[in-house]
Amino acid sequence: MSWPEALDPKGPEADAVAGLIWSFTGLCAFIWVLVMVALAVALIRRHRQSEDPLAVTIGEERRVEWIVGGLAVLTGLIVIGLTFISYGAQARIFGLGGGDVAIDVIGHQWWWEVRYPSDTASATVVTANELHVPVGKLVRLRLTSTDVIHSFWVPSLIGKADLIPGRTNTLAFTADRPGVYAGQCAEFCGLQHTHMGIRVIAEDDADFTAWKAGQVAAAHEPATPAQAAGKAAFLSNPCVSCHAIRGTTAGGTLGPDLTHLASRTTIAAGTAELTRGTLAAWIADPQGMKPGTNMPTMKLSAADLNTLVDYLMGLK
Amino acid sequence: MTLQGFTSAQANTDRGPRDIGQPIEEVRARLSQTWASQGGLWGWLTTVDHKIIGRRYIITAFVFLLLGGVLAAVMRAQLARPESGLISPDLYNQLFTMHGTTMMFLFAVPVMEAFAVYLVPLMVGTRNIAFPRLNAFSFYVYLFGGLMIWIAFALNIGPDIGWFAYVPLAGPEFSPGKRADIWAQMITFTEVAALATSVEIVVTVFKQRAPGMTLDRIPLFVWTQVVTAFMVIFAMPAVMTSSTLLILDRLVGTHFYNPAEGGDALLWQHLFWFFGHPEVYIIFIPATGMVSEIITTFTRRPVFGYLFLVLALIAVGFLSFGLWVHHMFVTGIAELGASYFTASSMLIAVPNGIQIFCWIATLWGGRPKFKTPLLFVIGFLIIFVLGGLTGVMLASVPLDTQVHDSYFVVAHFHYVLIGGAVFPLLGGVYYWFPKLTGRMLSERLGQWNFALAFVGFNVAFFPMHILGLAGMPRRIYTYPEASGWGTLNMIASIGAVVFALSFVLFLWNVMASLKRGAVAGDNPWDAPTLEWATTSPPPPQNFDRVPIVTSRYPLWRHPDTLPVGTGLALDTREIVLTTVVEGRADVRVTSPNPDIWPFITAVVVGVTFIGSIFNGWVALVGLVPIGIGLIGWGWPSGSVEDES
Amino acid sequence: MRTEPVADFAGLPDHAFDHRVVTWWGTLAFMALEGMGFVLSYGVFLYIMWLNPQWPVGFPPQPLFWSTVFTAVMVLSLVPNWLVMQRTKAKDNASLRWLLVLMSTISLVLLVIRWFEFTALTLRWDTNVYGSVVWVLLGLHTLHLATEATDNIVMTALYFTGHVPEKRFTDADENAMYWVFVVVGWLPLYGLIYFAPRLGSG
Repeated sequence: MSWPEALDPKGPEADAVAGLIWSFTGLCAFIWVLVMVALAVALIRRHRQSEDPLAVTIGEERRVEWIVGGLAVLTGLIVIGLTFISYGAQARIFGLGGGDVAIDVIGHQWWWEVRYPSDTASATVVTANELHVPVGKLVRLRLTSTDVIHSFWVPSLIGKADLIPGRTNTLAFTADRPGVYAGQCAEFCGLQHTHMGIRVIAEDDADFTAWKAGQVAAAHEPATPAQAAGKAAFLSNPCVSCHAIRGTTAGGTLGPDLTHLASRTTIAAGTAELTRGTLAAWIADPQGMKPGTNMPTMKLSAADLNTLVDYLMGLK
Repeated sequence: MTLQGFTSAQANTDRGPRDIGQPIEEVRARLSQTWASQGGLWGWLTTVDHKIIGRRYIITAFVFLLLGGVLAAVMRAQLARPESGLISPDLYNQLFTMHGTTMMFLFAVPVMEAFAVYLVPLMVGTRNIAFPRLNAFSFYVYLFGGLMIWIAFALNIGPDIGWFAYVPLAGPEFSPGKRADIWAQMITFTEVAALATSVEIVVTVFKQRAPGMTLDRIPLFVWTQVVTAFMVIFAMPAVMTSSTLLILDRLVGTHFYNPAEGGDALLWQHLFWFFGHPEVYIIFIPATGMVSEIITTFTRRPVFGYLFLVLALIAVGFLSFGLWVHHMFVTGIAELGASYFTASSMLIAVPNGIQIFCWIATLWGGRPKFKTPLLFVIGFLIIFVLGGLTGVMLASVPLDTQVHDSYFVVAHFHYVLIGGAVFPLLGGVYYWFPKLTGRMLSERLGQWNFALAFVGFNVAFFPMHILGLAGMPRRIYTYPEASGWGTLNMIASIGAVVFALSFVLFLWNVMASLKRGAVAGDNPWDAPTLEWATTSPPPPQNFDRVPIVTSRYPLWRHPDTLPVGTGLALDTREIVLTTVVEGRADVRVTSPNPDIWPFITAVVVGVTFIGSIFNGWVALVGLVPIGIGLIGWGWPSGSVEDES
Repeated sequence: MRTEPVADFAGLPDHAFDHRVVTWWGTLAFMALEGMGFVLSYGVFLYIMWLNPQWPVGFPPQPLFWSTVFTAVMVLSLVPNWLVMQRTKAKDNASLRWLLVLMSTISLVLLVIRWFEFTALTLRWDTNVYGSVVWVLLGLHTLHLATEATDNIVMTALYFTGHVPEKRFTDADENAMYWVFVVVGWLPLYGLIYFAPRLGSG
């Protein structure tokens, strides 16, 4: 069994928090043990008692008063100490200015819209449910929501922050080694809060640049007749009212941008790994995979479904 | 011992013959008739006896505990294995909403109120609670609110937005239909009931203490209930405000929580948690009162540090109002603000710690008798201290950013609520059951009850700390196999089964002991406080003659003969009011007779509240019959009690 | 448990005023909880105002005329109200009857003025959050006023129905105490709803 993710940090911010968790846990556990020992001794020791319950020795009461008072002061000091340790970590994590990569994450029921803003529209990356970040660089997320409150949480990398409609929150982190880091929405947001996963893929600079370049390009044209038929099926079905594929006439914004769907690793915000099979299952019966999802069930013929999947799997 | 009389120049209204020193049996017989509730259904609906109403409250609250527990068992069955298909997402959302709502609003606060309603008048030596008709009214309102939400749940229109109903999810756009309105209106019912009983408790303790009960002779349980009552008075209006604004947003289109028109989603969180944080201390503080009483009795010595304990209680009461933003650390609030709340949230560990130290010091200095009530108190100390320490961890903003809204928090609050409130409550039931029923609960079954509860609880909830650190968020109906969370979830579910069994055992003990438990007598535990000075169960008038208090521990100061006062009416309900600080006897006043108007008014209020969920005009129109009910209640009936 | 009489209560008075009786404390407790509700509503107003850089949102501040008339009548009503509290202590049944009729009339007049105040508002509760908060605050206070008006009328009726027991004087006294609270609770609302928006735009 591996360490729980919050204690297996993959970046300096998560590392700072992990350190905090360990130190607090250690101290609190120690205090708990001390209190339990005191309790045990209190229960076990034989104390001679007079028949009259109101006969208490003033001297003894005084002594205990001093001890309890002293313990109260000690508690206060410990608590003040912990407060300052916490402030220290807070300053390290939240005081981060600047940022090398800016990403906008916009929450929807039940998927994440991901945008890498740029001065030119043609250089803006639009994707969903997955972030790519360069290793060793400070990433700054700007978080908001279009509907209800969500929360972005990838424990290996950083603590969470809420996505609140009408407000913008920020989260800054660095991934210090390549890897795939998973997380999920951490604020109850309705029927499929359970299946609102997010993936952060940290890669070295070269890979990141290549990925970005791939993302800003327009959608791949169909390479086979099947894919061409699939594209036609896409454009003639209600798909276009919710989804966009840049380079085609599909411009819907209610659902995830599908321009580079096949470059992503999961379908339906982490509900399943993306394969031909899961994509087909998702399109054929979204309610079966993710009951309550906003994607309607569409009546497609088997042939249409097949070609559609062919086309979509070609959108790398 | 001379009779101390009181002189007065004012004429007496004629309240009939009085107690001038007749034989106690005669006094008892006449008072029992005067203070008795009527029989049959009419008697049930008209009673104003705090003991009868208190008992109803206790039983009803425990029914809700069991219902809420069943929901939890179903949730644990679903979560025991990854990708389980036992429960649909829609049903799961209702389950955790109803579980939290039932436990917080229908069980935890009401059960503590219930014990206050039953015990406080007895412990301060008076004959009834202040405002007895309001007391009757408050029970019916609570009952109707609980029935409303559970019937709605049974009819598949129960709430599904979580027990704290964040907007915009709970708002008109994302929760269409009536589910959220039913939740919000249930709040109104239970808050009205809680506010009513709080007013009664404060006034009972301020004005109706037995003569001689100065402030420093008030039992600790009573102190906790007074502090709690004040907290209710200042905290509940916040949730009333928030839920009313939510109903208005949903029903008539206001925009309090709508960011598109200038409103704010966080306004809900501020208002709700301003109530929500004190709420958990409203649940916890009365439990500390139970702990103090049980430790006193079962170490057979005064609890150490009475003054420390009272000051600590009051400190917790005040401080708890300054912590609420720690529920919002990840919402993007300003750092400086968050830092303040870290400090205040950590600081509350000091007065809480003082209480723990005082209790352990008492156990240290006495000879503990390991009966079931004390076993539950020991369980409380072990579990609550752990939960309190995870609370200190949560107070740190960076730490909280990792574990907020995860199973770590679920573990924390169950440790502090079950450890901090339910364990003392169960101890309190074992302790006071003889007084309420006249019979003892089985000690052997009690020990098994405790053992199963302690083991089951820890096995169920400790793994959740780790699950939270492993990334498991709250309120998910399943999780993937690949997450690796399956093993710990299975362990937690097994623990939940054991914990549930402990409650089966508890119920069995209660049922069996009601019929066949050992007869208790007035004071089976040799306890010091006034409720043990009368019969088990007490007669309708509580005390045949009002006790005169000369010590914090009246029955230990006077083990054989209790000093009392004569002179109150025999055929009219009469009580003594005393001064607030010194407890000097001051005025003789009457106490209300049984009355149907509280029930009628509660019905009308219930219909108005429920009707207004469906049509806003009902709220306005309903004011008329409510007004009539209240006028009927207040209009003098011509009885001696009313005229004087 | 055996008992031994050591005191006798028969000589205690059988009624009293103010802090010596439970209803006074009960009234105070209700003032506390409703007062808390008012304080929270002030907080809601200020919070929403703080969040919206342009205040009021989309509309000019609300007209002053009827609300000022209302406030003036409220403040002036404290005079006969104070007299009620004096006369109850003197158990002056005769004056109290007419004072209570006056207070009942004033309460009803205030409700009528409040009606005009509502009709003078330039926006609805569902227009935007500014409308919501103005309507709801006014509505809450109106509910408060309506219940007090009913209380006043019932109290007046009781004073006209034959023999007035001692207890009735305490009731009227506490009712008058509560009226002070109704007036005082209004003043900050008046300032917030009608003047705070003007300060911002000045």
